[in-house]
Amino acid sequence: MSTSRLGAAPKPASADDEGFKRELVVLIPHLRAFARTLTGDPTAADDLAQDAMMKAWDARASYQMGTNMKAWTFMILRNQFYSEKRRSWRQSQLDQEAAERTLVAVDDPEAPVALDELRQALKTLPEEQREALILVGAGGFAYEEAAEICGCAVGTVKSRVSRARRALAATLEKGGYGRDGKAAGDAMRSILGEADRLAGARS
Amino acid sequence: MIDSTDSSRPKGAENKGEAGLEEARLRQQAIGVKLRHMFDEVVNEPVPDEFLDILKRADAKAADGAA
Repeated sequence: MSTSRLGAAPKPASADDEGFKRELVVLIPHLRAFARTLTGDPTAADDLAQDAMMKAWDARASYQMGTNMKAWTFMILRNQFYSEKRRSWRQSQLDQEAAERTLVAVDDPEAPVALDELRQALKTLPEEQREALILVGAGGFAYEEAAEICGCAVGTVKSRVSRARRALAATLEKGGYGRDGKAAGDAMRSILGEADRLAGARS
Repeated sequence: MIDSTDSSRPKGAENKGEAGLEEARLRQQAIGVKLRHMFDEVVNEPVPDEFLDILKRADAKAADGAA
């Protein structure tokens, strides 16, 4: 794993450990959320987030206090996810339908319909588009930070995000993931309604 | 602002031009709001004790090593 591009520094004094830990604890909820979007499964996500947290702790000597620790830990988590995936899923291609069934099964049945629709639609995106969109559109990262996390060019992240946005809108409008024979356009309508409600609640 | 009076608008591919662009913009905005909401939902969950336990154990180990 390469952790050198973000916050590379020679070594911290062990007195820095306490400060490092405090910052790391604050980031745990964000690591859990990012892991959830990568794995699509709450249990696997927490395993991944815990592994990433430990990796970050073990690598704390290479982190420079005051640099972007959120981006640094997200990069560690992402690297962990893909290296595990390469190891365990190389032979068996993940069956998209099975993944979607799992996702539906573990979903909170009380969750608003629109959120469920969005989760389903996200699953239909290519992995690199999904992570770019999540980092920029939900994680609050700048394109430059997302590029560092993903180890690619800024322009690549920009184009992935914009393709992801177009594809998501198209999928939601067409109901292209075809669940329960839902009528086309329903997903987008419920998302527009939900978003309106949320925006109203926020302001 | 997100306009949800969706039923009053013409639907489908024939709706091009400015209205179509505005529609697309609203949809992207709505997707963005939902995306952040989905992410924040997990962020706002209480962190399972396991996380802090693991960190505590690692911390103790580091302290041992330093002593």
